[in-house]
Amino acid sequence: MNPFLAQQLQPVEAPGIDWGAILPMVIVFGAACVGVLIEAFVPKHQRWSGQVVLTLGSIAAAGIALGAYVSARPEHGVVTMGSTLSIDTPALFLWGTLLALSVAAVLMIADRSVEPGGSFVAQAGIAPGTVQDRAQVQSTGMQTEVFPLALFALGGMMAFTAANDLLTMFIALEVLSLPLYLMCGLARRRRLLSQEAAVKYFLLGAFASAFFLYGLAMLYGYAGSVKLADIATASAGTDRSDTLLFAGLGLLMVGLLFKGSVGPFHTWTPDVYQGAPTPVTGFMAACTKVAAFGGILRVLTVAFEATSWEWRGVLWAVAIISMAIGAVLGLTQTDLKRMIAYSSIAHAGFLLIGTMALTEEGLSGTLFYLLAYGFTTLAAFGVISLVRDSSGEATHLSAWAGLAKRSPLLAGVFTFLLLALAGIPLTSGFVGKFVVFSAALSDGMAPLVVIALVFSAVAAFFYLRVVVLMYFSEPASDGPTVSVPGAFTTASIALGVIITLLLGVLPTFALDWAGAGGFALGG
Amino acid sequence: MTWLLALILLPLLGAVAVAFLRRDDRLAMITAFAVSIVELVLILPLWLSYDPGGERLQQVSSLEWIPAFGVHISFGIDGIALLMIAVIALLVPVVIALLRSTDKLPEGKDVGGLLSLILLQQALTIAVFAATDVFLFYVLFEIMLIPMYFLIGGYGGPRRQYAAVKFFLYSFLGGLIMLASAIGAYSLAADELGEGTFDWATLAGVVSEAPLETQIWLFLGFFLAFAIKAPLVPFHTWLPDAASQAPVGVTVLLVGVLDKVGTFGFLRYSLPMTPDASAELAPVVLVLAVVGVIYGSMLAAGQTDMRRFVAYVSIAHFGFIALGIFAFTQQAVAGSATYMLNHSLATGMLILVLGIVAGRGGDTRIDAYGGMAKVTPVLAAMLLIAGLSALSLPGTNSFISEFLVLLGAFDTRPAYAVVATVGMVLAAAYVLWLYQRIMTGPVRGDAMLAAAPGPGTVQAPEAGARKTIRDLGGREIAALAPLVVLIIGLGFYPKPVLDTVNPSVEQTITAVQER
Repeated sequence: MNPFLAQQLQPVEAPGIDWGAILPMVIVFGAACVGVLIEAFVPKHQRWSGQVVLTLGSIAAAGIALGAYVSARPEHGVVTMGSTLSIDTPALFLWGTLLALSVAAVLMIADRSVEPGGSFVAQAGIAPGTVQDRAQVQSTGMQTEVFPLALFALGGMMAFTAANDLLTMFIALEVLSLPLYLMCGLARRRRLLSQEAAVKYFLLGAFASAFFLYGLAMLYGYAGSVKLADIATASAGTDRSDTLLFAGLGLLMVGLLFKGSVGPFHTWTPDVYQGAPTPVTGFMAACTKVAAFGGILRVLTVAFEATSWEWRGVLWAVAIISMAIGAVLGLTQTDLKRMIAYSSIAHAGFLLIGTMALTEEGLSGTLFYLLAYGFTTLAAFGVISLVRDSSGEATHLSAWAGLAKRSPLLAGVFTFLLLALAGIPLTSGFVGKFVVFSAALSDGMAPLVVIALVFSAVAAFFYLRVVVLMYFSEPASDGPTVSVPGAFTTASIALGVIITLLLGVLPTFALDWAGAGGFALGG
Repeated sequence: MTWLLALILLPLLGAVAVAFLRRDDRLAMITAFAVSIVELVLILPLWLSYDPGGERLQQVSSLEWIPAFGVHISFGIDGIALLMIAVIALLVPVVIALLRSTDKLPEGKDVGGLLSLILLQQALTIAVFAATDVFLFYVLFEIMLIPMYFLIGGYGGPRRQYAAVKFFLYSFLGGLIMLASAIGAYSLAADELGEGTFDWATLAGVVSEAPLETQIWLFLGFFLAFAIKAPLVPFHTWLPDAASQAPVGVTVLLVGVLDKVGTFGFLRYSLPMTPDASAELAPVVLVLAVVGVIYGSMLAAGQTDMRRFVAYVSIAHFGFIALGIFAFTQQAVAGSATYMLNHSLATGMLILVLGIVAGRGGDTRIDAYGGMAKVTPVLAAMLLIAGLSALSLPGTNSFISEFLVLLGAFDTRPAYAVVATVGMVLAAAYVLWLYQRIMTGPVRGDAMLAAAPGPGTVQAPEAGARKTIRDLGGREIAALAPLVVLIIGLGFYPKPVLDTVNPSVEQTITAVQER
């Protein structure tokens, strides 16, 4: 009999749920639903404050719930909800990272002082270029749906990093992606660019999801189960079709690498990063990357460790391609947001090296790298949102010439963040590279590490180019002004800078957290 | 707190203080100078408390930094590090005192920023010589680039941006490759000892026992970083750009002290950690060194710009130093170690004096000058002293070092020593020719005649030049005097310096000689 029908004959039992373990995720999803209700029932002028309080409050509450759970957690993690979710140490670390990053991102989203009324369109339904569109630029209203959307995306990311089977992972992938597609199209200025970014992201994202789903189906065909642990058990035996296994794995990885913007599946990244409202870009660059690599780590480590010899060569090539694309094309960019987008592609290559190591050091190194990179890149986008001219953000490189003369503090902060992205010591970027590369080196990937170091040096060139522009060039006469950031953006940038410095100088505590334990398999 | 820590922290605090006082040029200048003088005075107890016959590393202090990787913030000095720390403590006040004579800042830049960065650079440079943890050494090696990058890019000549980026990228790339080797050494130690460490002495013990092939890979990683820093031909191309675009005072620190991190690295890291590989690959390094001597000397003779001239002179001298180090004899290595000090004094003074010449005439081209000795006899004498030391005339400090290098190298590598001797002859040629073009003969050249009287008046060019080009003032002579005293003093009585380095040199090369 068909195994699916066979299942139908058994009595259905409600799976046990460990509420304490999943409470942070429940809070985030619950708050997102309340946020939707606020949109429906609260008068327009109160929505912004209501949403901000709700969003930040729920993230804080989720953080407290997480903290309370972590202090009393079982050592090897728990598997709950019918073993669809695995709340183990890496998942908890990634949850903490996601929650902390989203605080900074939400602060940037909520800011209304840099751009009067916020970076988001007042009414998304208005067609770009019309009279109404010109009017909405002046209005101070804002589409506050962005807050519940962000919470849904955050909840999806949390589920994604904890998903213990591929089906849950796929659903979480969609839950995190759909709100992001929408959020990309909500920019107040340059609406066409923003909507183009949203459509491009949606179309390519849908393709990637389809790849993921196809891969999932093949792996189900191979292992007879979508559970990661079952796939691992199945692949340890030898009596099944390897074609199915590797075709499935390949398709699955395409979907995951797309989300992590790893080259050569990166083509959406520069356009979307450039077109999306900058706070959303920051959110995507930091949190989506954390979620995607969290997922990749879990899939590779839990399900495919036994077959690592077969797929490692392919991922070597992917990592090299990603670093090469990021570092080399980054050199040719003239737009800062696109430049950081290419930098994120290069960083994705570095992250992939750590992911491939499949050792304890590789796991903790990658987790640390994600935390460090997330805060640095988020703060960098925060700074970019401050430099503006009459048409909005001045992201063209030439506009940044001589910025240090007019705004030494901003230039100093941005230089520090760029040095962190380049991986200069005493910043978190260096420690992240160090832990990832040393893990890879002790796992016998010395040639790859040397290649990665060379690309680090190449990438350093375009970060330096911005520093040169800011400090050593004469300012343009009609250059942009630097907005005085409101409390929200200031807090967000300050958080990013402090954590970048802290993790660079005293990384021990975060390294200990990241290295506290491995994945829980569950039955 | 050890004297060493005080020496690292003081300029760091000074840099912060000067950064806050930058609005007032005069106050910033006085503060920076005072800090640098106190720093120089602090060298005295450091030197006196150093016992050459004692432990290899002295003034040791250590603090746990990243326990997960066995990383410590640990400092300590041997005789070679002590010399380098002493020389930067000496050069910084001299540079600050002469800043007004040698440099005109680009428009809109304040002197406070420059001084603050110089003090920061001093602190980091002392720390890099003092670091005894390989991880800490790497961190400082890279961090050190940042103030220098801003010093060149922010305060230098017209092509400063290009020079600054080139300098940074070369060194950064070298550093990253070194990082790969450092991590490799770390994981080797982790396998061997059960837990990883970056402690220099422990690592050296483990890695020096590793098989030759492993050692060669590790050696190459460190070597590339140090060869770029030192710089050896063919990794030298950043130096002429950086040296000609940086402010004069900064060039003194860059060529005089910072680049010594490269040769210091050979002595402290390459030889003790990878002795087999060093012995195996020594011929390659020696060829690069000798090529550097000849190539640097010939290009120095052909330069038309004073600053690039000095850069190529240094490349030749770095060739000598590398030759001595990789000859693996007590005499040659001791010669190289003292050469590191003497080159700082001789080249530092040469750069400063040429900087004053260019500051007076407003031009760095050599052919813009001529017959300057008639107008500025004291300046001419200073240039002659610096030049004679640079060509290693007996009686100047460099002679004894160069002699030891050649003598020691002749024992084991006669062919290389003979070729390098040609470099000595070339040195005499390029230095004396430079002096002749700038100082002797009738007054001539654009810079000298810039103040030529209008048509109609009959006046000797000499008198015209005398009006615009002053000889050295009392302050300038006082600033250069310590260098002159040391150049001549150490030429006749080099014993204190040799006694200081000899035990450290012996410990460094016994590891290689046993192979």
